[in-house]
Order: sequence, then structure tokens, then C-alpha cells
Amino acid sequence: MAEILLTFFIAITAAVPLGWWLARTLMNAPMPGESVFAAIETPLYRALGIDPARGMNWRGYARAFVLSNLVLAVTVFLLLMTQGWLPLNPDGVGGMSWDLALHTMVSFLTNTNQQHYSGQAQLSYLSQLAGIVTLQVVTPMMGLALAAAVLRALVGGRNAAQASEGEPRDVGNYYVDVIRLTLRAFLPVALALSLALSWQGVPSTFEGVAKATPVDASAGMSEQLIPVGPVAPMVAVKQLGTNGGGWYGPNSSFPLENPTPLSNLLQSVALVVFPMAVVLMIGPLTGRRRFAAMVFASMLTMSLALAGFALWAEQAPNAAAVGLAANGAHLEGTEVRLGTGLSALWSTLTTQSSNGAVNAMHDSLNPLAGLVPLVGMLINAVWGGIGCGLVNFIVYVWLAVFLSGLMIGRTPELFGRKLEVREIRLLSLLVILQPLLLLGLGAITLATPTIAGTSNPGFHAVSQVFYEYTSAYANNGSGFEGLGDATLWWNLSCVLALLAGRYACLLIPLAIAASLAGKRVAPVTSASLNVEGPVFAATLLAVIVLLTLLCFLPVLALGPIAEQLALGTTGATP
Amino acid sequence: MNTHAVLDTRGGGLRAALVFGALSIALAGLAYPVGATLLGGWLFPQQARGSLIEREGRVLGSALLAQPFADARYFVPRPSAAGYNPTTAAGSNLAVSNPALHERMRVDSAAAAAREGVPATRLPADLVSASGSGLDPHITPAAARLQAPRVARARGWTEDQVLALVQAHTEPPMLGFYGGARVNVLRLNLALDAR
Amino acid sequence: MSSEVIKRQRHSLAHAPLLPALVDALRKLDPRTQLRNPVMFVVLAGALLTLLLALLAGPGSPGFGFALAVAAILLATVVFANFAESVAEARGRGQAASLRATRSELTGLRVVDGREERVPASALRRGDKVRVTAGELIPADGEIIEGLATINEAAVTGESAPVLREAGTDKSGVIAGTKVLTDSILIEVSADPGDSFLDRMIRLVEGAQRQKTPNELALTVLLSAMTLAFLIVCVSLPPMAGFLGVELDYVMLIALLVCLIPTTIGGLLPAIGIAGMDRAMRANVIAKSGKAVELAGDIDTLLLDKTGTITLGDRQATAFHPMPGVAIRHLARAAALASLADPTPEGKSIVRLADRQGVREALPTDSTVVEFSARLRMSGVDIPGRAPLRKGAPDAITRWVEQAGGHAHAALHMTVEQVARGGATPLVVSEGKEVLGVVALSDIVKSGVRERFARLRGLGVRTVMITGDNPLTAAAIAAQAGVDDFLAEATPEDKLARIRAEQAQGRLVAMVGDGTNDAPALAQADIGLAMNAGTQAAKEAGNMVDLDSDPAKLLDVVEIGKQLLVTRGALTTFSLANDVSKYFAIIPAIFVAGIPSLAALNVMGLSSATHAVLAALIFNALIIPALIPLALRGIRVSAASGDVLLARNLLLWGVGGVILPFPAIKLIDVMLAAVLGA
Repeated sequence: MAEILLTFFIAITAAVPLGWWLARTLMNAPMPGESVFAAIETPLYRALGIDPARGMNWRGYARAFVLSNLVLAVTVFLLLMTQGWLPLNPDGVGGMSWDLALHTMVSFLTNTNQQHYSGQAQLSYLSQLAGIVTLQVVTPMMGLALAAAVLRALVGGRNAAQASEGEPRDVGNYYVDVIRLTLRAFLPVALALSLALSWQGVPSTFEGVAKATPVDASAGMSEQLIPVGPVAPMVAVKQLGTNGGGWYGPNSSFPLENPTPLSNLLQSVALVVFPMAVVLMIGPLTGRRRFAAMVFASMLTMSLALAGFALWAEQAPNAAAVGLAANGAHLEGTEVRLGTGLSALWSTLTTQSSNGAVNAMHDSLNPLAGLVPLVGMLINAVWGGIGCGLVNFIVYVWLAVFLSGLMIGRTPELFGRKLEVREIRLLSLLVILQPLLLLGLGAITLATPTIAGTSNPGFHAVSQVFYEYTSAYANNGSGFEGLGDATLWWNLSCVLALLAGRYACLLIPLAIAASLAGKRVAPVTSASLNVEGPVFAATLLAVIVLLTLLCFLPVLALGPIAEQLALGTTGATP
Repeated sequence: MNTHAVLDTRGGGLRAALVFGALSIALAGLAYPVGATLLGGWLFPQQARGSLIEREGRVLGSALLAQPFADARYFVPRPSAAGYNPTTAAGSNLAVSNPALHERMRVDSAAAAAREGVPATRLPADLVSASGSGLDPHITPAAARLQAPRVARARGWTEDQVLALVQAHTEPPMLGFYGGARVNVLRLNLALDAR
Repeated sequence: MSSEVIKRQRHSLAHAPLLPALVDALRKLDPRTQLRNPVMFVVLAGALLTLLLALLAGPGSPGFGFALAVAAILLATVVFANFAESVAEARGRGQAASLRATRSELTGLRVVDGREERVPASALRRGDKVRVTAGELIPADGEIIEGLATINEAAVTGESAPVLREAGTDKSGVIAGTKVLTDSILIEVSADPGDSFLDRMIRLVEGAQRQKTPNELALTVLLSAMTLAFLIVCVSLPPMAGFLGVELDYVMLIALLVCLIPTTIGGLLPAIGIAGMDRAMRANVIAKSGKAVELAGDIDTLLLDKTGTITLGDRQATAFHPMPGVAIRHLARAAALASLADPTPEGKSIVRLADRQGVREALPTDSTVVEFSARLRMSGVDIPGRAPLRKGAPDAITRWVEQAGGHAHAALHMTVEQVARGGATPLVVSEGKEVLGVVALSDIVKSGVRERFARLRGLGVRTVMITGDNPLTAAAIAAQAGVDDFLAEATPEDKLARIRAEQAQGRLVAMVGDGTNDAPALAQADIGLAMNAGTQAAKEAGNMVDLDSDPAKLLDVVEIGKQLLVTRGALTTFSLANDVSKYFAIIPAIFVAGIPSLAALNVMGLSSATHAVLAALIFNALIIPALIPLALRGIRVSAASGDVLLARNLLLWGVGGVILPFPAIKLIDVMLAAVLGA
């Protein structure tokens, strides 16, 4: 419990100023270091050929988002295919197969970082930096920019005061948003974290692999290759940008990626600090501080509940070890310096925040503890990915507004703007999309065991497959990593889930918000729905839990729940 | 704030997207990681290269990575699903419900129990559990204390001498509650040899 | 009065013919009809599929009886839903039909080119002119274009006191089926047969032709999406279970699907909508579209005329206030003379007041009456050999006197203000260029309006009183009546501007009006409630007509609109909340054969897998007829803040919806076990 409190305390304490800073950045308000930042940004705008003072309507914003993504997509895809012939490749890594390159590119482009390749072995330094790190830095800020556009639209756009009913609304300038967020907020924080991690022992060098001669020759290992590299900067953005794709295969369980409890604390905080700050940013950005507080409180409630449950579930000893060791902590897949507490906490934070980095192997978690990350990803709005999480949350808000609006006898409205058939139709798409992809793809995969590639038998295999698609659609990236997922089927089917989980989940809400933006704004009366109070928050949480439960309880019953119950009835293994 | 009445409906066009892509790679993909790496290497040269332990110009290993020990005179690290090879580092990824996990633990447990001469039920869990990375450099203090009698016998030391060294190499959890108490196996073994 | 009528009708219609409704429910099983309601269509498809599976397996196969039972329950679920709709329709149709019946055998004396011929009402077309004389029934909705008559509208409104309708006034509209008691009138028919307000209203309560209202449509879309999502859930289960070597029973799978999809709200949704329209009709409000009724729940501002709504129609002269130096009798005489030709109740009350003070005048035959004009805002009489007598609004008379070269007495301003502050309307009387004094016309605020406005305020509706009075009088009456705001000295243009201003602030505005000059405002308002007695123009411009011509009726309409939404929202919540317990009944049942450990999820301790499924399905089916009365009545909307209302409904329908089915399903299971054996 103490570790939960410490982590949340530090994260929230850091998120408060960061949220203010993000809001200033997005509002183009003057801030400390203004002249330095402006001096860097102005030539960038000139190079892009854009006028930073000119806003975009939602279509323009969406177009810029899609186009900039396409450019990066093509570039990184080609880079991964041809890395074998390109420089900065001391270990002579070859090019990727087209499907693996496609999956890897899409996975990083969608801020997911699901890895079907194994870390350092299949990427050249050039691919790691120019490909992976580039995407790890810019894609979270793209997501945040989209969230900012949605928020602006929710309150009528930046031109709300001048525009009349039905007129197009200014939702911001995409390139200005992304560039400012990257330069003013993300990179400075990442640099600081990178240095702190270097201090704790995360490698930070361009030297190649170090060759060591182990002490005890009788143990049969004559040489140990110690892979190093520019690890710290990448780990910093991996943690901060809800990315999750690590330098090393075992991610932050690997001692060089996460050497000490302190580095673990910093990285745990980094998992959630940006998503938290994004929520706190709502207040200054939209002027709706009480709404921001409601969102923050709701998310915090879910977050603490899931964390508490995960810690409790992971405290149970490993059922497989009964009779084979003293009763004690469940350490399979877990590091001694971290212990079960920090691993369970991390496993829930990383899935609450759509990050996907791990510091323990989720495959080996107790079944109920493995259920928590699944639930976190299914909701995908506990904190959620930077920007995306908030957008997902707003989708839930709309659904809850619709239901509660009816229950108080008024046409449902958010901030005075009515939710009508057009918006509900778009919302319905999102309601269907998640079960369609998760359960549809899961069913197809499980119906064809030859393509499933599961490494564990029985119920856990169902969990493995479901986890993979859930993680892809949630743009999370963590996995039950035993899965043999470097296959054509897995690559392509995950690409589908990844793309829908990113682009549909960002652009449809933007379209909804924009459609609301131009509507007549009803004044607040005593009979209006109060979306800023505890009653609505309770409704909202009920909607989130109910919707998730109703769609996914059967598959969860076949996976982790059956697994847990089977452990309970047989004592150890089924 | 917006001085232009006309909104951009095209989203800046293709040029903006192309230049943005190039700038992203230059700034986020190259300038940032290169700058941060060089700065980190300059500030913390020892850690930056992988916390390597060198004796007489030879690299013995990394203080942060486990390496295999078999000789009875040494403390033994946790089982590794990766054969202690950092380039193929991995956990077992075996589910609790997987019979294969039970089977592997049985083998590890029998070996450890035989090595230390204790019944299996006295073995601390970390000695039969593979770590997440496969290169966990630490064992729990309990696992270290359990091995102390065997190491003392092999080295012809008293048990107290070994236990004192274990005690000296035991790191408590941060702030007393954050993380696990732990003993770095490589450092402990090097300290044994140095005595 | 009218509320008594409503009560009487409600009583008689509570016994809506159930058997015909049941027959109609069966007729509605036609898949083409069913397709209008995607949720119930899935249930019907499930029933047929189950039946097919059972027949394919053949009698005697294991589970044959179970499958038949499931198919039967599913079919019953659909019939129950259809029944709900049929009952609602029957009630609505009964109400409408009794209105329509009165006019079916009507005939009228059509006037064409001066010739008159008797034709059946069905032959009358819009624009036809019909002559109706005392003792006859009016054959079609229309407007009096010539003459005046007293009419008994009891057949339509239930109000037995005769009303006066007159050409060229704001009370010129007549309704088919009402009886002319005196005089003879010429009517212009305003609607083709089948297109009268009543016909349109009847269409709102008939399922097949009914257009879904916007919120209903949005809810249908969302419910369909959920149905599709649950369909995906169920379809994906067999392959997943198959991976584990578990074969699922398809009948149970269909049962799971039906239990998950929101059948409760899906089944009751049409009934709720129809019942809402029916309630409106029962309140003697005829809406031109369901959308209007639904929208009424969202109203933020209500604009109403003071006269007839807030005050008892007509102002009465209560006092003469002469100017210094003018004898009170002189003022009384002048006022009476100026009012003798004035047919308005106000004019008559002035004559009466003078009479009480002993002043009795007769108008010389050669005098010229100056009728009231809205532009000049005064009226009067020119008697040969006398200076012109005028009475009118203070500023109008002041201007008139000044134009004549005189000037108002300094005391006038004070007197006017004093009268106005007392809540009366000052009427200034002048003779030539001299102001004689002020007549106080007092308004009498209707009893009960204060409470009604308070209730409206509780529902979040601000009331704005519109009056031609000066601001002081208006303020006094506004305070007495408890309205939130008022618009004084209002011209028709002012009304329109006020509506636009309110709308510009995002408010949804309702307007109640009757006169032709109200038509633009009625059209501009989001909800325009026209009085049935009002002019044809007003009725055309509004989107609802009140047969009782009771302007305060809007309160009922607002409540009906809110009820519509609350009932839908609450039942949707209930429907979804129910799913939790059904999961706990069906998931263990469906998997337990292949995965025994999942029996731990059978928290209700249901007796067997088949019983669990049947119990859940039976609950699922029975809850629909159990909730029909509620759907028809609508959930009470108390005047409470949004938060309180939400909390109450969330607790009742959300939390209650989670909890209630557990004991209910358990109970059904116990009964099943008792009847069928374990």
C-alpha cells in the first residue's frame, strides 16, 4: 500500500505543474523561456510553410494528422526494410520482413509499441533512433494535440465567441500544437529523466557490446556479451510517452533498463505523469476546472481500485511452487530488487496508461493479477494514452451524458450542446468497434490453433490471445509475451486492431466534438445535467464498468477467471 | 487570439507533412537521443557504459547483470530462463497454471535442495523462480543466508564470516518499504574472492 | 374543469380492450413489422432459430423439450413487447376515434358561387366555404369568415359552457364536431379530410405510421449498436470455447444473447412514445409532431400573454382619477361616452363603473366612432359639436393632446404612475386638447397561476409575461403572479425580437398565443402552443394546438415531454443493469458442462443449467408486461434539480436494476425446480 501512495503522491505532485505547463503551451500563452523556444520554433514554422496564427477547422486538423502520419509511416517502413544496408548498424542487423516491418511501424506510429520482434537483436541503432525514438517522441504529442482539438471543440472552438451557430470552429493548428508540445514540454522532461536514469545505471553510450569474462569459469560461460547503447534517452521517452517499447527484450525488468528501486520509482511515475497532467490541463485550457476535477477524481478512483486489487491478487504465492519452496512471494517473472508489490503496481499503471512497458512478465502473474491489466486496457481510459486516454474517457462521458440526460428528462447535452442522432450514430460505431475487433479477431485466431502460437495451455492460452488484441486495440503494447506472435497472421491482424484503436478512436470523437461545437448552447439551469458533480461521476463509472463487463465478461470467464478458479479447485495445476 | 478569419481546411498540405516528418527525425530521432546520450555519458561515465566491473583491464561483468556460478565456493544466482545471456534475455513467460512451470520448478527445487542440503520447503521462492529478465543480479537475503553454510564449508570459513559479508552486501528496500531487500550476487562473490 | 374530463377519460380508458390488443400483438409478429425494432427482431430471429434447431434435432433428442421451452419463451417475449405497443395504440386510438367518430357522419352546406348544397364532410376540401346555422354540427375544422356564433365544444374539449366565436377576431377558429347554438356562420374549411390536426395526432399514436422522435431515434441507434455488440460477444464464444475443447449449446447461446440485448427497453420503447402522445392528447393538446412533445421537455423559457393566462382575461375599470380642476362626473361622462361603442369587456366595464356613479349616457346617432388601432393605441368618439373624446395609453393620449396644441397636466404623470404601481392599467381620457383624467383598469390575477409558475421554475423553465401594459403595471402584476420576467408595452415585433434574443442565448423558447399577430412569434418559437379558439393563422404557425384554449396547459406538455425522456432513460438503465444478474445465471450454465470450475460463478445457487437459463429468460420476458403500466403512465417527474433527479433514478433503476433480478430469478428457479423436478 505504501508504494501505491508514494507513487501516486509523487506523480500527482509532478502532474499539477506539468498540466499547467501543457495548457500554457497549447494556449500559445507566454511562458518561461519563451524567447528561446520561439527562436527555435519560428524557423520550423517557416520551413513547414505554415502560418502559426491560423487555426484549422476539424477537417483540416484531421487531415494534417493523417498526412503527417502517412509521411512518417512510409519513411519508417522503408527504414526498417532496408536497415541492413544503412549506416549506424555495428552489429550487422538485417532488414525486416515486410509484415514484421509493417507491424513494427504501425505499432510505433500508433503509440502502441507492441513488439513482435525482439528488442536489440532485430533493430540497428539507426532504426532504434531515427525510426523508433522519433515515433516515440512525436506520436504521444500527436495524440495530445488531437485531445486538445477535441477539448477546444467541446467548448465551441477557439473562435466560439465570434462564430455563429453552425459556423466552422477553430480547433487549433495541428503543427503548432505538436511542435510546441514536443519542444516545450516533452523533450525537456525526457532529457531530465534520461539523465536521472543514466545516473541510476541505465547505459548511455555509443560504444558497442562489451565483452566480459565471467568470474566462475566452471559455470560453463566463457564470455558474456553485455549489450549497451544510447539506452537512457530511449527508456525516458518510452516511459513518458505512454510508449512502452523498450531497448531490451525484457523491457524494464532488465536490470540495465531499470537498475534500482529509485529508477523504478521514476519510471513508474513517468508512466502516468503525462496522462495525469493532460487531465489537469483541461481546466486552464477550457475554463472548466470543475469538469477537470470530476474527470481526475473518476480516473483516480478507477486507478486506485485497480492498483489495490492487483497488489492484493499478486500477494498470493505462486500456486505452481507449492511444495517446491518455502511459502513466499510470487517471484516467477519478477525481479528481486522490485518484488511483487512494485511489479503488481507497475503492471496496472502500465495498462491504465496505455504504456505497455513492463517490469515483470505479465504471463507469469497470478491469473487475477493478470486480469487487472486486461481490464485496464479494455477500459483504456483509466488514465489512458497521452491524449488518447482523455479522448476515450470523453467517449464514455458522452455515453453517460446520453443516459443521464434522459434520466433527468432533458435531451442529453454536454456543456449545453445537445447530443443528437448524428453524434449517437458516430458513438455507436465506437461501441461496436471494440468487441468486433477484440472478440472477432480473438475468435478467428483461437478457431485456428495453428496460427494462434500460444505458449501456455488451456485457459491461459485464451488469455494470451485476447490480451494481444486487447493490447493492440488499446494501443498499449504490453503482452503475455510467451505468445509466438512474429508471424504473418499475428502481424497483419494486430495491424488492423492497432490502426482502428488509434485512428478511429481519435478521429471519430473529434468529428463528434466538432459536430457539437457549432450547436446552440443551452444555458445552465437547475434542471440541467450537472456533469461536474459526484452523482454524474458515479453514473459515469457505472457506465464504464457495465459496458466493459457486459461485452467482455464471457471471454474473461473463459480466460483468467476460469484459470483462477481452476487453480482454486485443484490446488496447483489443472 | 486567432487573427485570421479564414480557417485552414486543408491542414497545411503535403509540404508541411513532408517537412514535419524530416524535422521529427532530425530533432526527436537524432538530436535528442544523441544529445542526451553524450550528456549522460559525460556526467556518469561509469554507469553509462553498463556499470562494468573491471579487474586488471579485464571486464568481469556488469554489476547489474547476473552471471552463472556453479562452484560450491560461490553464491548462486536465481535460475535464468535465458541462460544468463544478456543478448537473449527473457523471462520464462510460463503461466502459473502451466504444468511446464511446475515441472521446471521441480527440477530447480530438487537441484537447489540437494546443493544446499535442506528440504525443498525451506528454499526461498526466488531460488526456484526465474526472474523477468533472466539476468536478475540479486537474490533475497534469505536466499543468501541459506547458501552461507555451503559457501563457508567450501571455503573453509566460519559461517559467521560469510554471514557478515552477506550482511554487508545486503541492500534494504528504498525508504524501508519501496522495493525488495536484496544481495548482489556478483559483488558478494567478488568480495569473497577478495578476502 | 378540463382536468376532470381528463380524469374521466383516463378512468374509462384504463380498461382498454385487452383482447383486441393481444390479437394485434400477434399480428405484429410479421417480420416486416418487427424489423422496425431491431432489438425485438433479434429476439424473434432467436426464437425461430431455436425452433429450427429443436426440429432438426428431432423429438426425443436430448434437450428437445428445453429448446422448445426456450423458443416459446422467446416468442412470448416478442409478443409481450408487441402487446405493450398494441395496448398503447389502442388507448390512443380509442381516444382519437371517439373524437373522430363524431365527425364521420357529418354533412355540411357547401356554398359555391352563391349556391348552397349539402355534402358529406368527407367531400369538403381545404378552402371550401360552408354555412352552418344554429343547431347544426360543424362539419370540418375551419375559420369563421363571416358572422359570429355561440358554440358548444363539449364534444371535443369536454367543456360544457358555450363559447363565442367570431369572424375577424382572435377567436375565429372552429372544430369539426362541435355544435353551433345560436346564429349562423360562414366557415372556410382549413384542412382536407384526413389531414386535420386530429388526423395528424392519430398518426402519432399508430405504430406503423408513427415517426420516431429525435431522442427515440438516437436511443434506437444506441440500443441497436449494443445489440450488435452483444451479438458479436455471443458469436465469438463458440470458437473460443472450442479452443478449450468445450462445445457450447447453441440454444443456451441464443438465450444468452437475448438476455444480454436490451429487450426490456427495446420492447417498451414504442409503447412509451405512443403513450406520451396519448397523454398529450388526453390533456386535450394536439401536437403536430411527436418531436414537439418531446422537445417540450427541454424548454428553458416560456413566453405567455398576460391576458387570459395570468389574469382573468378582462380588465375591469375600478376607479376614475380626475386631473385637478376636473370634476369626477365630467371625467366619468367623457369616459363612458368614449366607451359606449367599445364592445370590449374593458369598454363595457367603464360604462358600468360610470353607471354605478350615477352617470348614464347615450351616444348621439350622428357621432363617429374611432375604433381602437394598435398603431395609435387609442380609441374614442367624435360627437358633432363637441371636442373629440379619446381614451388610450398615457403616452398616446399625451401625444394626441400635444398635437392638438394642448399639453398634459403636470399631475398626469404622477397619477398614471400611482395607478400603474398599484398593478392597474392607467387609461387616459382626453377631450379635445385637455386631459381629463385617468381610468384605472385593474387586472385580476387568476388563482393558482403562482403555483404553476413555481412548478415550472422547478422544472427549469423561466416564465416571461408579455403585456401591452406599461412597465410599472407589468412589474406589479408580474410580482403578484410570480413570473420571472416581463416584457411591457410589447408590440408583436417585440415578442418576435424577445424570442430571438432568448434563442440567441441558447434557450429553447415556448410561446403561447392565439391571435393572428402572434403567428410569427409562434412560428419562431421552438414550441408554439396555439389556442384552439385562436385564429387559423396562429394554429398553422404553432406546432401544438390546445383544444381547451388553456394557456397554462404548457406545464402539462413540459411534464409529458420530460416524462417521455425519463421513462426511456430509466428503463434503458434498468435493462442494462439487469444484465449483470443474467450473466451470473447464464455464464455458469453455459460453460459448466465443459469447465466445471466455473460453477463457482453460480452465486444464486440455481438448481440446474437448464433451469438457470429458463429462469433468466422467463424473468426477461415477464419484466416487459410487468412494466407496461409504467411505460404507459410514464415515470413521475418531480420538480427537482438535475442532480437530485439523476441520483434518484440512478438508485432506483440502476442499483435496483442490478439487485432486483437476483431474487426474482432465484424465485423462478425454485418454482421451476418444484414443477419440473430437479
